[in-house]
Amino acid sequence: MNAILEIEHLTTRFATPDGEVHAVSDVDLRLDAGETVGIVGESGSGKSQLFLTVMGLLAGNGRAEGSARYRGTELLGLSRGEMRRYRGRHMAMIFQDPMTSLNPHLTVGRQLTEVLNLHKGMDAAAARAAAIAMLEQVRIPDGARRMAAYPHEFSGGMRQRIMIAMALLGGPDLLIADEPTTALDVTVQAQILELLRELKASLNGAIVLITHDLGVIAGLCDRVAVMYAGRLVEEGPVEAIFAAPKHPYTQGLLAALPRVDAKQPGDLFAIPGQPPNLQRGIVGCAFAPRCHQVIDRCRAVRPLLADLGCGRRVACHRVGA
Amino acid sequence: MVDAVLDGIQPLAGRGLWADAWRRLRANRAAVIGAIVLGVIALAAVAGPMLAPHPIDAIYWDRVTMAPDFALGHYFGTDTNGRDLFARTLYAGRISLALGLAATLVSVAIGVVWGAVAGYFGGRVDAVMMRAVDVLYALPFMFFVILLMVYFGRNPLLLFVALGAVSWLDMARIVRGQTLSLRRKEFIEAATAGGIRDAVIIRRHIVPNCLGPVIIYATLTVPNVILLESFLSFLGLGVQEPMTSWGVLISEGARQLEGGQWLLVFPAGFLATTLFCLNFIGDGLRDALDPKDR
Amino acid sequence: MSAASILSVRDLQVSFDLRPATLFGKRRRLVAVDGVGFDLAAGETLGIVGESGCGKSTLARAVLQLLPSSAGTVVWLGDDLGSLSPEEMRRRRRHMQLIFQDPLAALDPRMTVGEIIAEPLDAFEPDLGPAVRGARIAESMDLVGLNPLMINRYPHEFSGGQCQRIGIARAMILKPKLIVCDEPVSALDASIQAQIVNLLGRLQREFGLALIFISHNLSVVRHISQRILVLYLGRLVELAPAEDLFVAPRHPYTRALIAAVPVPDPLIERAKPRLVLGGDVPSPLDPPSGCAFRTRCPKAITLCAERRPETTEAGPGRLVACHRWRE
Repeated sequence: MNAILEIEHLTTRFATPDGEVHAVSDVDLRLDAGETVGIVGESGSGKSQLFLTVMGLLAGNGRAEGSARYRGTELLGLSRGEMRRYRGRHMAMIFQDPMTSLNPHLTVGRQLTEVLNLHKGMDAAAARAAAIAMLEQVRIPDGARRMAAYPHEFSGGMRQRIMIAMALLGGPDLLIADEPTTALDVTVQAQILELLRELKASLNGAIVLITHDLGVIAGLCDRVAVMYAGRLVEEGPVEAIFAAPKHPYTQGLLAALPRVDAKQPGDLFAIPGQPPNLQRGIVGCAFAPRCHQVIDRCRAVRPLLADLGCGRRVACHRVGA
Repeated sequence: MVDAVLDGIQPLAGRGLWADAWRRLRANRAAVIGAIVLGVIALAAVAGPMLAPHPIDAIYWDRVTMAPDFALGHYFGTDTNGRDLFARTLYAGRISLALGLAATLVSVAIGVVWGAVAGYFGGRVDAVMMRAVDVLYALPFMFFVILLMVYFGRNPLLLFVALGAVSWLDMARIVRGQTLSLRRKEFIEAATAGGIRDAVIIRRHIVPNCLGPVIIYATLTVPNVILLESFLSFLGLGVQEPMTSWGVLISEGARQLEGGQWLLVFPAGFLATTLFCLNFIGDGLRDALDPKDR
Repeated sequence: MSAASILSVRDLQVSFDLRPATLFGKRRRLVAVDGVGFDLAAGETLGIVGESGCGKSTLARAVLQLLPSSAGTVVWLGDDLGSLSPEEMRRRRRHMQLIFQDPLAALDPRMTVGEIIAEPLDAFEPDLGPAVRGARIAESMDLVGLNPLMINRYPHEFSGGQCQRIGIARAMILKPKLIVCDEPVSALDASIQAQIVNLLGRLQREFGLALIFISHNLSVVRHISQRILVLYLGRLVELAPAEDLFVAPRHPYTRALIAAVPVPDPLIERAKPRLVLGGDVPSPLDPPSGCAFRTRCPKAITLCAERRPETTEAGPGRLVACHRWRE
């Protein structure tokens, strides 16, 4: 197979005044061309930090160890200049809030063509034509006229389309979408998901969809990786995991969700307790204090990701034992 | 369920924001040294005149404008009237610090209440109250002081009033600004929705949450007031002989720069040190109370 | 409508006058809630759903008289709240409490948990002795699953879910008749969201509380509500018993809204018919003529632009505002 991104033993730590925080802890993940992978987890699970690390966008107090290879090239340890060459051109990221990623003082056209000048050395006319074509592709009607508008003249959904257009302009084969629909209303979210679905079909590379919404993953992704407390706890094909989750956390997460398509009788299933504090070193399984299947071994030894066959991996002492 | 969260945190006293700020302040070396030095100066100013070998108003005709002389007990020398500068500098510190402190307290008391009420009620109340502040701002300060002096005579108490009356304006504006942003906070809405009376909301929620900037600004008001008093004294509108303040001493010393440098150096040194200390403490407090800026 | 109704809202309108953009510009008027009415029975949960800017939070605050309404009435246990003096209104607040979306922001950072929870108690029962007061605080903390030993801690020492419990404990300490929940679980993670939803459900059953549950999350609203009110651009679109609404939505907007929610099941999610609405919600400053939804409605006809649809009864306990709901 054709690996686009291979992450091995990736650990990201942040030095904070109150001690060191392990945001990402020993994560292995591989992305192949043509697939869409969902990364799901709650806030603080490290799902965003994992890919900010890969993109070289860590905050100043962060340090990464391990390995992240893009088409065979090690990304960790690249200089800022080298990393910048990869970003935009080979890998692009879109964020939850498009307003913070767009410069409010420049027209959308200017910001779009800048990317093309920078990465592809296009002249102004060609860049403009390409940018307009890209706006069409993300379904912004009347692109030629909208090029002269400023970001605040667009609605939230339209701004997210512009961000997607900007990310795609460099022709990346790895697109990382970090909570791209979380700030949007549900009907607008449906539009953006529809757009991502179309892109998925036309893009040769891989798409990473980082979200807390299992519904979004169910509709769009081929594989899903579940993160908890900085660790990858379960990974595999979407259908298999949603049909029969193996890790107790994944099971709990799926059971905790009320459904719009059916009424659950009685209470929701609630995972007791809270996610752990990442400032304290975690011994054993991070989920052990909240797990109803916990055994002594869980508290002492960290379970490693074990291959279950059929592309499924799970980190739990109680599975396959 | 909850116990899982508690794991091991048994000492149940909470770590409040004030306690946090106190911890951070103590970790700030400049602020701690500033506080110690300021404490020493304040102590010297309070107790000093009693410890000094000479009274502040004794005139030694044979020792006019004499350089520091330890044998005679004139540690800082004497002034043009033959009075002991050491005693006078410490005594002046007492007046300057007391003025600074008192005027600041007046400004905090009026400014906090005025600003909190204006900001909390908003609308017409706010407009009227803040326009009053604007009008007072527009009055030329010197004109105001001269008017007071002419009308009531030169009285140190009036100086307090005058200084306090001008310095609360900034405080009121700061507190109003804070209150306006606090008003939009959900915990204020929660209190309103919970049926808490307006006066209680101002007292329990608005004022305590404004206190950080207020304290910071107050530490910066003290040096301002001391400087202002020095300026007034320099112009001859300040405290009267035989009482004195750092401003008075400096203004006298400045006239004797040739042949009597000590007359300027010692009072100016005390004033400068005090201002430095207050600024360090103010900076330290700002860092301690505003952890976001770290 | 029903005899047990404790709250009855009629034709409520909330509008804001916006300052003109230029000195001599026209003063513009934003109608955030436009002619909404509903009843709430004791012990009932009414869900209010809609997208951002639909006026659901404004509606809640106007019902609680935290915002002035420009028209309509809110009747609470026979009293028209709009006509009460501030002090009379304040005294009624002990029976109607509010909990918030951002649980930490709703707690004064300089007060301990105990002081926060006791605040409504201090306001309405100031003469309690310290022992009784302490017992009441502990009881309320226990009720929401907080360890009473945490009484002297400060809000920033708690996680989001715990802070929401503190907010609920504060709302519950006076045993109110109604709690308005404004997006109470939107800021919480899924596993914590379920805890809070279950807690609210339990409190409601135990104490016969009425809840107004505002959320943009249709799945949660379906789970917790008996009846649901759908808002669009400040207007009532549909009001129906929860199951009826989800099984057979009558208004095209309700239908699209339900269809837009992703279902956490790949087989269902991928097989379901796509019903994606085009465009965005129009600006409330310049709402479309006639039906507010007509610019995005797949079934819009010329009548929809000409006349605003009236709220009509569409079955037992169901209201819908659409010219074409029968089709």
